[in-house]
Amino acid sequence: MATGDLALGHEQSKSAVIDAHSRVVNDFSIQVATVNGSGSQSANSVLLKSIFDMGVPVSGKNLFPSNIAGLPTWYTIRASKDGYVARHKKIDILVAMNAETAREDILGLHPGSVAVYDEALNLRQYRDDVVCYPVPFDKITAAVCPEAKLRKLVRNMVYVGVVAHLLQIDMTSVETALRKQFAKKQKAMDLNFGAVRAGADYAAEHLPKQDPFFIERMNATAGKIIIDGNSAAALGAVFAGVTVVAWYPITPSTSTIEATIEYLKKFRVNQEGKATFAVVQAEDELAAIGMVLGAGWAGARSMTATSGPGISLMAEFSGLGYFAEIPGVIFDVQRTGPSTGMPTRTSQADLLSTAFLSHGDTKHVVLLPGSVKECFEFGYAAFDLAERLQTPVFVLSDLDLGMNNWMSEPFEYPAKPLDRGKVLTAEDLNRLGGFARYADVDGDGIGYRTLPGTDHPKAAYFTRGSGHNSKAAYTEKPEEYVEVMERLARKFKTAQTLVPAPVLDRNSGAKIGVIAFGTSDFAVNEALDELKSQHKLDVDYLRVRAYPFNDAVHEFVASHQRIYVVEQNRDAQLASLLKLDLAADQAVKLRSILHFNGLPIDAESILNELVVKEGL
Amino acid sequence: MATATATPAGAPTPKVNRIGLPVIEYRGGKTTLCAGCGHNAISERIVDALFEMGIQPERVMKLSGIGCSSKSPAYFLSRAHSFNSVHGRMPSVATGAVMANHTMMALGVSGDGDTASIGMGQFVHMMRRNLPMIYIIEDNGVYGLTKGQFSATADLGSKLKTGVINDLPPIDTCAMAIQLGATFVGRSFSGDKKQLLSMLKAAIAHKGTVMLDVISPCVTFNDHEGSTKSYKFMQEHDEPINELGFVPSFEEIDVEYDAGTTIDVRLHDGSSLRLRKLREDFDPTDKVGSVRTLMEAHENGEVLTGVFYINPEKPTFIDQLNLVDQPLGTLPESVTKPSQEALQKAMASLQ
Repeated sequence: MATGDLALGHEQSKSAVIDAHSRVVNDFSIQVATVNGSGSQSANSVLLKSIFDMGVPVSGKNLFPSNIAGLPTWYTIRASKDGYVARHKKIDILVAMNAETAREDILGLHPGSVAVYDEALNLRQYRDDVVCYPVPFDKITAAVCPEAKLRKLVRNMVYVGVVAHLLQIDMTSVETALRKQFAKKQKAMDLNFGAVRAGADYAAEHLPKQDPFFIERMNATAGKIIIDGNSAAALGAVFAGVTVVAWYPITPSTSTIEATIEYLKKFRVNQEGKATFAVVQAEDELAAIGMVLGAGWAGARSMTATSGPGISLMAEFSGLGYFAEIPGVIFDVQRTGPSTGMPTRTSQADLLSTAFLSHGDTKHVVLLPGSVKECFEFGYAAFDLAERLQTPVFVLSDLDLGMNNWMSEPFEYPAKPLDRGKVLTAEDLNRLGGFARYADVDGDGIGYRTLPGTDHPKAAYFTRGSGHNSKAAYTEKPEEYVEVMERLARKFKTAQTLVPAPVLDRNSGAKIGVIAFGTSDFAVNEALDELKSQHKLDVDYLRVRAYPFNDAVHEFVASHQRIYVVEQNRDAQLASLLKLDLAADQAVKLRSILHFNGLPIDAESILNELVVKEGL
Repeated sequence: MATATATPAGAPTPKVNRIGLPVIEYRGGKTTLCAGCGHNAISERIVDALFEMGIQPERVMKLSGIGCSSKSPAYFLSRAHSFNSVHGRMPSVATGAVMANHTMMALGVSGDGDTASIGMGQFVHMMRRNLPMIYIIEDNGVYGLTKGQFSATADLGSKLKTGVINDLPPIDTCAMAIQLGATFVGRSFSGDKKQLLSMLKAAIAHKGTVMLDVISPCVTFNDHEGSTKSYKFMQEHDEPINELGFVPSFEEIDVEYDAGTTIDVRLHDGSSLRLRKLREDFDPTDKVGSVRTLMEAHENGEVLTGVFYINPEKPTFIDQLNLVDQPLGTLPESVTKPSQEALQKAMASLQ
């Protein structure tokens, strides 16, 4: 099955047999099928970074099971001279290292594809329309790795050598990639490079080139970085000066915190060896968000990271944060639901549940990064917004963005000072003579707060999730309750003007438009390019980057006849959220293109639906 | 510092404590709990303890969950920030707040429902961390706000007003807290002014998790014949295991004592807690012995009060975090935001 989507009921790709005589340069996909826990991740990463070092735009996606070791896993590398990084449905080169799935893997290939596999599997018996490169992996590995227990890991480096030779990737680029991978471990470097060379030597001697795929040196990756979204978000948080981190491990968000801890240790331990941060692994997500709010209330920049099941557990506290007006940042790296769902597969299905997380009239600010760069930028901005707006702020990425490696421009240093929001000091209170915590002094719906420890007898106020008036006193009076609720609504309007604005990516005055968010962006752009080249049709495109939506979203809908909302969930959650905002005559313009099988959305799926729906 | 209330001309000058504040500066809003509720007496003792210890009100954070008990922070120390959070989750809020500002004193008030049922998960983990704070359970064995259902600390066989008999054993929050890692564990009774006040003052001087289970009768739903949390039952069954003599750091120890009949514990701030033995074989620094004593008391139907366990040496959660001295929440940007060079370095390593 793997990722050819055949087993998932999608129609087969339309692409024809590759002409073996025409060269296909820097524009194809490689899929490595291995067993979870076999250490193939280093090998895959080296292959990816070798292509990157050749100057060719490249992206990698790990499709892995919810399992420690033993189940099949696939890694897809897409090289794209045009810079497309969305998942590509069609696989051009298969590296079949998993005996259990090898038959299925090769049967899923299109005619003209390539298969590199362990000789013993004899995959040629299943296909005569695929270029076959059998390799005696065990024999080659044994020769270069005397230590038997390391062979399982080193074996993977042999395929890196074979593939590098077949694609004509420079050995110097592979060496550079290996050095990055093994940093200062010279022994590991020697052993692995030996395996790579042995693979390449075998290919040179025994595998005459029969396929059209080549990597040729380009200059499209100079100055670029490779990073996963979770690490990027972690960097954003650390540069935003996060001081309290509370969390509970859950796939696919765990690496956000692990990266945060690494960066904190690196950048935030002072000369005396003392920490300017506190990290606590909480007993569950309820406690994690409770700690975040306790810390936010006491003045710290605090965060947690979780995924869908954790978001569900955070519901009650999120309502408290909204109503008692306490800052905090919650990263939600989305995976599929409902319930446990498929924990290692991606989705965008937490949008509605986070926007309205908790009972009563609760609404939250939700940021929607669409690249690793935005994971960094929004990971940073979320803290300013949370303190400015005195409310929990959610940052929704997904497994695809969070756990996969992406090429990016380097991140820019956020030069402007941190926005710590409206906080009164003892001097302010001396001047003012006192304050009312929940009064709308400035007309923007945001009150002034004080922090515990402020040295003034009038600094204290009583924070509560129960009904309160503008002075933070308990109330059950209808008019006082209404006053607070209306002010909170006013504050949400203010949020519209502060959150990241949508990006008007294509604006040609076309009749139809696309709205999408997050990781759908890559596939949407590729699909719209294809639509233009294949069907001469221009489509405008707006990418929303936050909830609440601002006026640009309304204007975009108003200026188009039909709007396709592309998203990775079953229930058209973004379209639903938009419809709540739009006037009835505008809401009818929306139609949906949905993708929710757990795999990242691809351009072909979007293109096909657009073609059918537009009757092209 | 200016005080909120001026003294009327001609009135006698009120007594002030060692930082110059009269007791009124430690009081709170008017209670909305029932007249005679044990919780009100506990609030009064908290006021007395903070006043006598000369704690600056602004240096205290009050925290609570949900329930009658959790309302009470509104009824003492109005000059301190307070956070009335959600049901059973005060420990996590307190943990966050203490991490953000470890220079403050954290005082949590919970109830038996808020702690021993809905809040058990967080209670357990807070004890385990030895978070520096005072955690008071105002324990009446029933849910008051929802009109008198049994809680998980109600004794086996005790009777509701409606005649319903409790057929499940109680959770002993003190035994649990000792086993889990709290470093100051005691039980008192809202009606025992002297014992509770001494215990609270010692609690203020201690560094680490203080867990006090204070039996606090519910006059409306659990003060009748057949209840084991009533005033009458407590007056008849309260068995103090030791007698507390607390000498704060700013006072001289001037009482002679008879070695062998008392245990002296030097607390973190230099104060001294003298525990006069009322049971010859009981040693509050022996964890295993303390838990055994509590379990035996249960078997015998006794309600032990006093300090059951104390360990002033164990590192707190904050010690383990190895934090800078200043509160994390108010560290300046120059300390918390890494430099441009730092980002460039991070970027270079990803190229």
